[in-house]
Amino acid sequence: MLKGRSLIEPMDLSIEELDEILDLADEIIKNPADYSEVCKGKILATLFYEPSTRTRLSFESAMLRLGGGIMGFSSAESSSAAKGESVADTIRTISCYADIAAMRHPKEGAPKVASLSTDMPVINAGDGGHQHPTQTLTDLLTIKSLKGRLKNFTIGLCGDLKFGRTVHSLIKALSRYENIRFILISPDELRVPEYIREEILVKNNIEFKEVERLESVMEELDVLYMTRVQKERFFNEADYVRLKDSYILNMEKLEKAKSDMIILHPLPRVNEISVEVDKDERACYFKQTKYGVYVRMALLMKLLGVEK
Amino acid sequence: MLNIDSVEKGLVIDHIEAGKAMEIYKYLNLDKMDCSVAIIKNAKSKKMGKKDIIKVEDNINMDLKVLGFIDPTITINVIDNCSIIKKINLELPDEVENVVNCKNPRCITSIEQEITHKFKLTDKNNKVYRCVYCDTAYEQN
Ligand SMILES: [Zn+2]
Repeated sequence: MLKGRSLIEPMDLSIEELDEILDLADEIIKNPADYSEVCKGKILATLFYEPSTRTRLSFESAMLRLGGGIMGFSSAESSSAAKGESVADTIRTISCYADIAAMRHPKEGAPKVASLSTDMPVINAGDGGHQHPTQTLTDLLTIKSLKGRLKNFTIGLCGDLKFGRTVHSLIKALSRYENIRFILISPDELRVPEYIREEILVKNNIEFKEVERLESVMEELDVLYMTRVQKERFFNEADYVRLKDSYILNMEKLEKAKSDMIILHPLPRVNEISVEVDKDERACYFKQTKYGVYVRMALLMKLLGVEK
Repeated sequence: MLNIDSVEKGLVIDHIEAGKAMEIYKYLNLDKMDCSVAIIKNAKSKKMGKKDIIKVEDNINMDLKVLGFIDPTITINVIDNCSIIKKINLELPDEVENVVNCKNPRCITSIEQEITHKFKLTDKNNKVYRCVYCDTAYEQN
């Protein structure tokens, strides 16, 4: 039963619950008009202690498309946190105004603290570098919709695999599905953390390999998930300059890729995908944003317990 | 009067790693209790070379679960009428509350003092405890 629950991390959901959400999203995509009033009278509070316009608007769009209302704040300065109110007190107050909340906070675990302080469902909309479960749901829905399945494929994850929380969550989530092979493409300095390698991949006997160059594995991939390599993750400027171009996707690198490979990216991108790639039909990162709204619609419905 | 050698009724917390007794004294909140307590440090031990021992008089209903988190090799004898009536074997507790603090500077507990510091056992074999809020593993020492 998803009704009344919070979503703090992707692994809070069993594989059956995940499928339930993805299946509902699928129905919404097919007949959006059927769902345009299901949340009438319900209010979503978006509590953003740090700005993330993209994520906030995605949540708000989702609720508005379901016929519900929205309220909230978009930075710590405009919230009562500026006056020193605790997360627990804020959520108790908000629960008198709203039916469900999406919280973004720079500190890890803040949405968890909120969920433990109220009966109202709380969705983690990103807590520092820790978790961002609706991004993972978005990624799963995108792959499932565009590839028609969540099993039997090879996915390449490219870029900053050390600090990239979206990558860690996606590996964890996909590791529960059948016959998925991982190719981890990153500079040696930014490989996935040991606990992901040992506690998820090795422990579950999942086939994977780690490589440094994107070109060397391009033809093997069914899905290519690009992430940004952030300058501030490097200890020095020289390393950044030396490595940054190795992880930029352009048409030349794409030549060897399968014709039905899909390219994903959590966005915003900086320059890790050249603009020339946007026109290629394998570029699916803008579609991904649209799937993000659909999956949040499905999630809001499930946690609120509303039906068509 | 507490007799260092024998306890009539109470607890003998034995096989404490030498030098750790004061830490355990603190974790068990013995400083806040009225009962008599004897701390013996650097006692000779066949098994350990040196060890610490804590003897607590009159109080046998303490929450000792936390000791399993600190050091599960500690042994506890419950004494009544000058004889051992029970030996308590420690296990790794599933969770510990407000015993240790999360050291991750990005954790919500680092800015909000009122939050209960809580760690859950996530890997029994390797004795890994993780903060329930940020998942950071607690590093002992
Ligand atoms: Zn923590």
